[in-house]
Amino acid sequence: MSAFETVIGLEVHTQLNTRSKLFCGCATRFGAPANTQVCPVCLGLPGALPVLNGGAVEMAIRLAVALDCTVHHNSLFARKNYFYPDLPKGYQISQFDHPYATGGGLDFEVDGKPHRVTLTRIHMEEDAGKSVHEGYPDSDRSTYLDFNRAGTPLCEIVTEPELSSPAEAYAFLVRLKAVVTCLGVCDGNMEQGSLRCDANISLRRGASEPLGDRTELKNLNSFRNVQRALEYEIARQTEILGEGGRVEQETRLYDADRGETRTMRSKEDSPDYRYFPEPDLPPLAISEEELTRLRATLPELPTARRRRYLDEMGLAAAAADYLVLDGDVAAYFEKVAARCQDPQVAANWVMGDLTRLLNDRHLSMADAPVPAEDLGDLLKEIAAGAISGKIGKEVFQVMAAEGRPPGEIIAERGLAQISDEGALEAIIQDVLAANPDQVSQYRAGKTTVLGYLLGRVMQATRGQANPKLANRLLRAALKA
Amino acid sequence: MTDLTSLSLTAMRTGLDAGEFSARDLTSAHLERIAAREDDLHAFLHLDSERAMATAGRCDETRVPGGSAPLSGLPLVLKDNISTSDMPTTCGSRFLAGYIPPYNATVVRRLRRQGAVILGKTNMDEFGMGSSCENSAYGPTRNPLDLARVPGGSSGGSAAAVAAGAAGGGFGSDTGGSIRQPASLCGLVGIKPTWGRVSRYGLVAFASSLDQIGPLARNVDDAALLLSAVWGPDEKDATCLRTPPPDDLDHLVSLAGLRLGVPRQVTDLGVDPEVSQRVNEALAACAQAGALITEIDLPHLDLALPAYYVIATAEASANLARFDGVRFGARATATDLTALYEESRAAGFGPEVRRRILLGTFGLSAGYNEAMYQRAQTVRKMLRQAFATAFAQVDLVVTPTSPSVAFPLGERTSDPVRMYASDTFTVPVSLAGLPALSLPCGIADGLPVGLQIIAAHGADGDLIRAGRAVEATLAPPPAAVR
Repeated sequence: MSAFETVIGLEVHTQLNTRSKLFCGCATRFGAPANTQVCPVCLGLPGALPVLNGGAVEMAIRLAVALDCTVHHNSLFARKNYFYPDLPKGYQISQFDHPYATGGGLDFEVDGKPHRVTLTRIHMEEDAGKSVHEGYPDSDRSTYLDFNRAGTPLCEIVTEPELSSPAEAYAFLVRLKAVVTCLGVCDGNMEQGSLRCDANISLRRGASEPLGDRTELKNLNSFRNVQRALEYEIARQTEILGEGGRVEQETRLYDADRGETRTMRSKEDSPDYRYFPEPDLPPLAISEEELTRLRATLPELPTARRRRYLDEMGLAAAAADYLVLDGDVAAYFEKVAARCQDPQVAANWVMGDLTRLLNDRHLSMADAPVPAEDLGDLLKEIAAGAISGKIGKEVFQVMAAEGRPPGEIIAERGLAQISDEGALEAIIQDVLAANPDQVSQYRAGKTTVLGYLLGRVMQATRGQANPKLANRLLRAALKA
Repeated sequence: MTDLTSLSLTAMRTGLDAGEFSARDLTSAHLERIAAREDDLHAFLHLDSERAMATAGRCDETRVPGGSAPLSGLPLVLKDNISTSDMPTTCGSRFLAGYIPPYNATVVRRLRRQGAVILGKTNMDEFGMGSSCENSAYGPTRNPLDLARVPGGSSGGSAAAVAAGAAGGGFGSDTGGSIRQPASLCGLVGIKPTWGRVSRYGLVAFASSLDQIGPLARNVDDAALLLSAVWGPDEKDATCLRTPPPDDLDHLVSLAGLRLGVPRQVTDLGVDPEVSQRVNEALAACAQAGALITEIDLPHLDLALPAYYVIATAEASANLARFDGVRFGARATATDLTALYEESRAAGFGPEVRRRILLGTFGLSAGYNEAMYQRAQTVRKMLRQAFATAFAQVDLVVTPTSPSVAFPLGERTSDPVRMYASDTFTVPVSLAGLPALSLPCGIADGLPVGLQIIAAHGADGDLIRAGRAVEATLAPPPAAVR
């Protein structure tokens, strides 16, 4: 057990999924051929001027309202000056001493225990382009630049240093992702860089003791890596402090392959960004009316949704946690549940068969090949006994492959369950006649052969026998 | 036949509409004048003769008697920091040698749409940084009124071209006096509109919070014609004024009862006695015509120049960061990234630009920001307030435009602070974002003296109307054209 207390603060860059960039009309589509979504503004050509995208501002406001922030009626854009080849203007348009939102917080749970983290601020800024170091014949000598991403809108969410473990940091990020996807302001895709996180961490001997120097961790490209990097960093700092040493205030890069952090730059080398107000943009004015209007557009947020899944739908905590992770997943689940009227079954299918299918095909929930209504109908058929659960899974695969509703498939393939007692009794008599040994064994008290006989019945009906009915009729026939 | 290059734009318009001459006649007369004078003047960085003639031809073909767009067929020039997609835009810098922007500035789009004949792009102090046109990487422009003297700057090329009859009018940009001071030194009218009145989209930025495009012309009517053709809101410039520009420029005002304020602080700031005298004579003439001249208090004028050089250079240090050798313009052959930056910028920028980038970077740096940038912003607020107070008492404020007449080439190149003092009276107006014009008000040592008239924020219409009344009152200036 460590003698130190951990203090963690996070900075999360959330890429807003607007169709166009923050200061020009260029598209923001991910994966377009390099430098095909650019114009004089986002290329930083001489004389070009930024014009703020009102849609991005709306998303930013909805995010801030969802996180309980105070949204300011007036805020300022500022220039953050530094040289880098993928930063076209030599400065990034950001917000500095007057961000549009401050305060607020986010609730989340760790092992069922509630936590809340206070937010310091959220500010809007533009993304840079990308330096491409690989994939070209002369990549050993040259770096290529792709400015498609330059000017994409970001919201940087900064937390107070209130997280006390890597697990809390992880749980916070998972819930934050749930919020942004639920709002639809960000697709939450870490691989594509839609969510990016830097972490500040320092240790202290006790809650009343002063904080030690902090390190800032960068290059944390997944939530798991955030947790792993923090764990590594706690061990590293604990060792230094334990030996009576001093932690250097510095920025460290996480190396996911080696699972360790290493110095990127020391405090002395930290850049002076020479912020000053952006003269090309007027102050950002947000009226109370606009705030009220946008507040009214907020959907039910993950924390409230989770509560409802537990209290009203009776889902288990694990299922509720899972379903609220992603706004698309929750929306899909609710449609299925509404259709089939059984939230538990709906949850099982969404978390089981559907998720497996999406994973196999590398699809997101938004691109699910089976409409939620169709899955709901399928579950209804099963609940009504029209088909068995086993046949249901087969029908589901056909639905996924052919994109057709379950009713059609069941009818066309004659998959409906045999619930006709007379027909089933005849089949059972045939099975008993064909298996005299097992019949005598059963009657001699070895009731476990019932399963074997039932299997024969199902086989004879190509799985279409209503299993409950078949079971009852088989027992009756054996007693006779 | 009259010399077409001596006509005002208004006279050219009338002649074209009456069919007295064609746009082709006008353009070729100006091209001939350019051919005759350009070797001496070096007003142009790019001459676009062929397209100019083609545009003039189209104007003639589509001419509707009396119904042509106001600028159709008029031969104009553009300062070389206004982006043009069919001509280089070098800003007088080696860094942008041969650079042709992929887009037109909003001003250029508006001019082209009206059928203006753009003769070419004119010389300037590199990126607008200078008051004499001597800081051009392509060599200085000379004053057509005295070839041994500077035309002023930074819009010296446009001023020299118009003063020499090489163009009917022109556009420049003014950050701290770069339209008004050359207008003064070349005997022209130059207007710096309210900041935000004219779109800056496509104007290569020097100091964004100060830069403003405006006209240089032979008289107030011509300047108003040019300005009203390009001003007004632009969706590509978020800092454009939302209010529509004035539309009653033709309304005539009398000087009777007009309150002109003369800041008492002006005399403390060092004005050549002859310049002072011409300004006083002009004020006396205005008083004779019924204007009420009052001495006013305009505090902090002495702080304007230092504050300007902190703010303008701070913004410039960021605005010029994009000149990094990566995407356009000069690019040094270098082996690593830092060397690419350093060598491209060292080779591309002249000494004054380098000096100002360093000054601006310093003023924004941690540890100096408060003492430099923040204090300069405080001075800026104080100046705005001082002008607001003044405009509660008077309709217009009047000062000399420049403390001296055109000075000899080379006189101030090694003394930047003295060069900066050329803008003593224009810079405070820029910091306050106000509209101002310079118009000729007499001759000192054989060279024109300029009178600066300043109006309240957004009162560009009042400025133009009053300017016309003052112009009519003063003895007409001697013909600028030689």
